[in-house]
Amino acid sequence: MEEVGYNHTNRHFLTGLQSNYRGHMEYKDYYQIMGVERDASQDEIKRAYRKQARKYHPDVSKEADAEVRFKEVGEAYEVLKDPEKRAAYDQLGANWQDGQEFRAPPDWDQGFEFHGGGFTGTDAEQFSDFFENLFGGGGFQRQSGQAYAQQGDYHARGEDTHARVKIELEDSYRGANRSLSLKHTELGSDGRPEIKTRILNVRIPKGVYPGQHIRLAGQGSPGINRGGAGDLYLEVEFQEHPIYKVQGKDVYLTLPVAPWEAALGGSIKVPTPAGVVDLKIPPNASSGKKLRLKGRGIPAKQAGDFYVELDIALPKADSEKTRQAYAEFEKAFDFNPRDTWESKS
Amino acid sequence: MSDKLFNLVTGDILEQDVELSLAELCQTVQLNAEQIIELVEHGILEPLGREPANWRFMGISVQRVRCARRLRRDLGVNMAGAALALDLLEELRLLRGQLTRVEQRSRDET
Repeated sequence: MEEVGYNHTNRHFLTGLQSNYRGHMEYKDYYQIMGVERDASQDEIKRAYRKQARKYHPDVSKEADAEVRFKEVGEAYEVLKDPEKRAAYDQLGANWQDGQEFRAPPDWDQGFEFHGGGFTGTDAEQFSDFFENLFGGGGFQRQSGQAYAQQGDYHARGEDTHARVKIELEDSYRGANRSLSLKHTELGSDGRPEIKTRILNVRIPKGVYPGQHIRLAGQGSPGINRGGAGDLYLEVEFQEHPIYKVQGKDVYLTLPVAPWEAALGGSIKVPTPAGVVDLKIPPNASSGKKLRLKGRGIPAKQAGDFYVELDIALPKADSEKTRQAYAEFEKAFDFNPRDTWESKS
Repeated sequence: MSDKLFNLVTGDILEQDVELSLAELCQTVQLNAEQIIELVEHGILEPLGREPANWRFMGISVQRVRCARRLRRDLGVNMAGAALALDLLEELRLLRGQLTRVEQRSRDET
């Protein structure tokens, strides 16, 4: 069984990890998350937000926790950009630590009146329990699809959802079946979101390569009333392979060869993901020489190529006999590897 | 596992097997034709075919539209900025791939 990562689109259906979804709640230090002082001006907060949003935007950032950070920054900005919410948040005092177990003091929000407006609405469902506890009740809840659904005459296609799947290079050469465990949130009978897990057995099509997406029609979010379900997109990643490197649909192998194999040429048995092949090495091959096996890369519709890069390995002179052999070598050749330097100097 | 057989789902490779007409793309990404045409005018999408009526979009267009939409919504970039970001991200992706390969090779050699 494989756990898959989540893309940040359509966050309210395939959610990331929220271990504290229920149960205890942690204090969030929105100033620390935003990287500003507690007395920062609204302009400073806006600048800090823009910078953080660019840095952690999941489409742009390669940081492993970009998605989580991006959500946190969005939540922090939701509070700090709004003077009403910010003032209420400041009421909690500056003595809390980020991550500290939190319980809102009774009547903490007395004297504050929140206005639903000014709420960006993007992915509000994904704000933390902490946020919901402070600001969640009044007027902030977005009307969800389920709420519409009860009206009966509203139809909409379900949303497309996204996940990542990590496969082996060999899976792409042969095709494979993979069991995925996908998490998503659903409204439970008590009206609170619950994390549900669903197992999906997926056929990995032959010839798929990293960065491509497998589209599973109708496996996304359910539609509303008579609207059809959305699609599920699986972004393909490969496990790192001990000997092959993959780039696009081409596969690379570094092949260690003995000096005499490189010098004299000949046939060497070379492993490829599709099986062993006999590779002809031309005489006087140099280290780093690339040999192409056309069409033996990933078997996409237009198959990729398989590249073998020669790496000449020098045996150690560690006995009388082998030292003798190197000495013979020297006698036999009139060879100076640095002669191009000397001719210039 | 016996349940493997009865609920094995098969899909197609978006980048290779899927080609969309203008109408199909509109439906998939929930935009109207004018909005798609605007994306084409900015080079975010590059359909095959001359006239909108016989445009064919590669499957990857779906991802590009969505990425452009997220960049505009989350970072406030305009259409030209989104087009530039998409091109740079694509280049970055290729370079990162090459870098990984080179790094792995030099790690193998040491």
